Amino acid sequence: MNAPDTLHPESLTGAIGRPIGHDSAARHVSGAAPYADDIVELRGTLHAAFGLSQRSHARIVSMDLSKVRAAPGVVAVIGAADIPGKNNFGAVMHDDPIFSDIEVQHFGQALFLVAASSHAAARRAARLADIVYEDLPAIIEIEDALAKQSYVLPSVTLERGDWRAALEAAPHRLKGALRSGAQEQFYLEGQIAYAIPGEDQEMLVHSSTQHPTEVQHMVAEALGVSLHRVTVSCRRMGGAFGGKESQPALFAAAAAVMARHTGRPVKLRADRDDDFLLTGKRHDFLMEYEVGFDAKGHILGLDVMLASRCGYSADLSGPVNDRSVMHIDNCYFLENVRVVSHRCRTHTQSATAFRGFGGPQGMMVAEQVIDEIARHLKIDPLEIRKRNFYDSQQTPGARSVTHYDMPVEDFIADGIVEKLAHDAAYTARREEITRWNSASPIVKRGLALTPVKFGISFTATHLNQAGALVHVYTDGSVLLNHGGTEMGQGLFVKVAQVVAQTLGIDIDHIKPNATDTSKVPNTSATAASSGSDINGKAAQAAALEIRARLAGIAARHFAVDATEIQFANNRVSAGAQSLPFDELVMKAYMAREQLWADGFYRTPKISYDPRTLKGRPFYYFSYGAALTEVAIDTLTGESKLLRVDILHDAGRSLNPAIDLGQIEGGFIQGAGWLTSEQLHWDKEGRLRTHSPSTYKIPTAYDIPKHFAVKFWKDDNREETIYRSKAVGEPPLMLALSVFHAIRDAIAAAGDYRHSPRLDAPATPEEILRSVDEIQARDHSRSRLPS
Amino acid sequence: MPTCIRFLLNGEKVELTGPQPTRTVLEYLRIDCGLTGTKEGCAEGDCGACTVVIAEASVEGKLNCHAVNACIQFLPTLDGKALYTVESLETKSAGKDATIVLHPVQEAMVEQHASQCGFCTPGFVMSLFALYKTNSSPTRAQIEDALSGNLCRCTGYRPIIDAASRMNALGHALSGETLDWIDAPAARSQAASTSEANLVKQLCALRNGAPHDALPQSPSKTFHAPRSIEELATLRAAKPAARLLAGGTDMGLWITKQLKQIPEVIYLGEVDALQRIAHSPSHLEIGAGVTISQAMPFLTQQYPGITEVLRRFASPPIRNAATLGGNIANGSPIGDSMPCLIALGASIGLRSVRGARNMALEDFFIAYQKTALEADEFVETIRIPHLVPQQRFRAYKISKRYDQDISIVLAAINVTIEANRLSDCRIAFGGMAATPKRAKACEAALRGKVWHLDTIEAAIAKLPDDFSPLSDLRGSAAYRLRVAGNLLKRFFAEESARPDATVSLRLETLETAAP
Repeated sequence: MNAPDTLHPESLTGAIGRPIGHDSAARHVSGAAPYADDIVELRGTLHAAFGLSQRSHARIVSMDLSKVRAAPGVVAVIGAADIPGKNNFGAVMHDDPIFSDIEVQHFGQALFLVAASSHAAARRAARLADIVYEDLPAIIEIEDALAKQSYVLPSVTLERGDWRAALEAAPHRLKGALRSGAQEQFYLEGQIAYAIPGEDQEMLVHSSTQHPTEVQHMVAEALGVSLHRVTVSCRRMGGAFGGKESQPALFAAAAAVMARHTGRPVKLRADRDDDFLLTGKRHDFLMEYEVGFDAKGHILGLDVMLASRCGYSADLSGPVNDRSVMHIDNCYFLENVRVVSHRCRTHTQSATAFRGFGGPQGMMVAEQVIDEIARHLKIDPLEIRKRNFYDSQQTPGARSVTHYDMPVEDFIADGIVEKLAHDAAYTARREEITRWNSASPIVKRGLALTPVKFGISFTATHLNQAGALVHVYTDGSVLLNHGGTEMGQGLFVKVAQVVAQTLGIDIDHIKPNATDTSKVPNTSATAASSGSDINGKAAQAAALEIRARLAGIAARHFAVDATEIQFANNRVSAGAQSLPFDELVMKAYMAREQLWADGFYRTPKISYDPRTLKGRPFYYFSYGAALTEVAIDTLTGESKLLRVDILHDAGRSLNPAIDLGQIEGGFIQGAGWLTSEQLHWDKEGRLRTHSPSTYKIPTAYDIPKHFAVKFWKDDNREETIYRSKAVGEPPLMLALSVFHAIRDAIAAAGDYRHSPRLDAPATPEEILRSVDEIQARDHSRSRLPS
Repeated sequence: MPTCIRFLLNGEKVELTGPQPTRTVLEYLRIDCGLTGTKEGCAEGDCGACTVVIAEASVEGKLNCHAVNACIQFLPTLDGKALYTVESLETKSAGKDATIVLHPVQEAMVEQHASQCGFCTPGFVMSLFALYKTNSSPTRAQIEDALSGNLCRCTGYRPIIDAASRMNALGHALSGETLDWIDAPAARSQAASTSEANLVKQLCALRNGAPHDALPQSPSKTFHAPRSIEELATLRAAKPAARLLAGGTDMGLWITKQLKQIPEVIYLGEVDALQRIAHSPSHLEIGAGVTISQAMPFLTQQYPGITEVLRRFASPPIRNAATLGGNIANGSPIGDSMPCLIALGASIGLRSVRGARNMALEDFFIAYQKTALEADEFVETIRIPHLVPQQRFRAYKISKRYDQDISIVLAAINVTIEANRLSDCRIAFGGMAATPKRAKACEAALRGKVWHLDTIEAAIAKLPDDFSPLSDLRGSAAYRLRVAGNLLKRFFAEESARPDATVSLRLETLETAAP
């Protein structure tokens, strides 16, 4: 199933559109793809571990580390006072201390770092600190933060139209609230940094990071040195999902300070539990809404309040919550709307980026509102969705502008939804399931089709830039550098395909290099799904420059005009004459032609006012839709995914095999967020789910047996790299169909008379609570066969 | 114990002198050997990134091959075994930019695009390698089970499952009359018979060549591996401070998570008498050292109602190491086997130098993680009475995730129905109290009553008399009580329903419901 097909047949092995494998696949399966912890250690390497706070919010009265220093194998212990530069790893608001020494702001916050001869010795020693705390009032829950107006950033309000009047005039009004849960990224490779001191205050850090440049900045600031003294390198990550955007700076900065302090290489690898306790997760949200609509289900007015648990510091909470505000519409035109967004400060880990970056939570409101309207009016939710869609790409009109004033010029969700509903037999299955449910008292099945529209670009306009550096060596082999990082998403192979296509050579001539701040500087995070869009364009620019130079050499050689030179099938030709690529390269070298080039790209068309949240923050939108069927057990609340059909828009896919992996993986990750993944902080703010034994991401059993993914084959109307579209984040939100299929099944348990109240994650406990609630609304009746 | 252990590492004989008793196999591989293909993802046996394969010769001289979690397996337990890591599978070809010749398992993974970030991949490869060596045509359910201990955060698993379906075909396509043991798929063991026989011979030589007693002893004996019950009893009496180690799937976490130091260990894995499974006309008797995986076919055949609980008991790498005796002796309130065994009326045999004694399993658990085991005693056997035709037994596990999760509630229900009356019943729960416990008030409400939904409802109403469960990260007290009662309703529904009715999520009728 889901065999990727070739959209663009070419003879080159790595031609654009070919479903070729990940560049490291053979090494992955052989254990021969090294991650930071696998790098051969240098002589004298020390292993470090953090000492962690045992309080959520407290003043540190005293910190006695003498037992830590005396523990076997310990070489050095450092704290805030030992940092030569700034005690901060927060890039945006500078409010994240590397080491807390006066006040702790969450349970598990880093207090000091111990370096020892082994990882085990360091961990053992780190637990021996004698710390006296004076507890301060701690805010853990969103409601508490709202009541105390405890915010990390000022609240934001976005309005369009006279939403109040629209609500008041609406024939129907509904109020509601729901929650979405926090989510741990659970990259399989935990946070790690390996810092190696060099001459003249230089520092090389191997960091598992999506953002080498930011890690470089934070390390340099902590060390009090200029940026040119710090090099950050990352060949690959064992997963990231947003959790390695801002968070790795803590580990890199602490390791670098220790390396400077001891003059020895220092490896800092967080144990899984420490990783959970130290680092940020997806923001959990409390959402309240009031919607006014007409008898046909058209949304007339909407008032939404979003409140998210941001933790102790701002981190990326500003842009995350902005994206929630901007995705409150999903695919639906909201003429009169107000969104108020509160960014709550709590004494918990500082919530951070996670695939979707606030978008999933925003979209959840849109889909909830649609579902509530449908159940109120007793009209199929899919019909209500269609009635509220933006105007189609073919016929843009008045209903084509988002609530943040961006025209939706590329709306194709209507076509995608139509095709998916037809191909996966929505109507027939809806009828069959309704019939089946009426005869099944205990098990209920549910069905939902939800669309996705996700804005592509960093909302901070300046981040939408990328650089690349392409070397051609005299044997014709190519070394490819760019600012993007490889976290498993296949960016390296996609960008290599761009270069292969541009130079007309097979992909095995191209080797992706580790992302390295000394090769391509001042890069943006590999985030916001932008990786192949911007790095692909930058690499293409570099390859085009080399190609132009080589064309000049070839034109002289063949005595033709340079415009007649073709690069294809590992040869360079002009009409009937041709040369192997490597021979031309050698000729160019002998002719003293430059064989390497840099490339740069800035995303066009975007402009946006971060104060008002209005403008065009996104270059374009990526779309998709999923039709999901589930079953629930009304005695236990257990649920099971039975069937999933997805139709997803990757534009003109650069690599359908890689993109398919993003769609399937993103969907299942989203399904985990909405079902089994539950982070549990106790009343004291202690995170009780801090390892895979207590935090449950999906396993192989949890995926549906029927899991069919197809591509919506249409070029990006914007001029992206080969007209492809970003595909990293959008598929995660397809999983909202899982949540709504569960809602549908719960509604069936009440004979479709009421709309269920259901929060995410829909654990067995939450589903059973909702089932019991909906059944209690009717007269009690036996649900068992007599 | 041997201060010197000998084992095969990727086919090469290794002798280690005086290994620390609790050094993990993962530390040994990554730090001591520089074999970094095996990854650490959690260090608690829950993610599978460290999965390796162990092959050992059985008493009958057969090769037994299974996956385990290297992160919580102690190094000295490898004595006499063969350890395979991901590095053992592929071979490198000669020539410029030498390419790798992949194993069929690896080739299938690459072909199906089954790796993304690649960090979990070696663990998946090794779980699939164990499946490849033991099952020539796995079903989807068997594949899901084989992979239930491996977490992947990138792919959504579909391509990995497809790779598992493909690997045998690739293995069969391998040419050659004789194949290396590593390359030969399960169905072509003939092709690898020579290499397999050689391997068994090597392993027998490792185990038999030098009896443990003959090995040089270090002054500070820290790892004892007795071979007979008598030796074990003597050691247990002489070393009350030593910890008994069986599969180590819990003790491993004392080391990796609680950072405890355990200076002295008595390992039970070499005591052959603890590894026996015996049938009597009335009972199934299982040695305390029998692993869950080994016990599974016997238990499921005799007590079909336990099948799903055992299938969902941790994961294959854990079940391959963990023992039934360990699950009991550990005394955890959430061990999945105990409520089942209590409901079945199991008893356990305890032994010490003072002699042997038996007790009902339910009397063994005194308080939270406290058992009736004396300092010089160990669990020797578990005796489970056979079911009689009037008995109906089913066990249910409720957890946030279907596979590899700790139970929120585990219910084991065993009722005897005669002339439409409940002549007897034993109902035990896990997750409802500080120990696995019978629901006595609930049972009393059922005993002697008519087999009817009203009777069940009345019994459910008694559950609060039996249990005051806790609220924790897994579930609230209210949910636990509610679902415990509802599981009695499920039991009634399953026992009363037409065979084609869908009364839970795991019946075939549901599978076929979705076209």
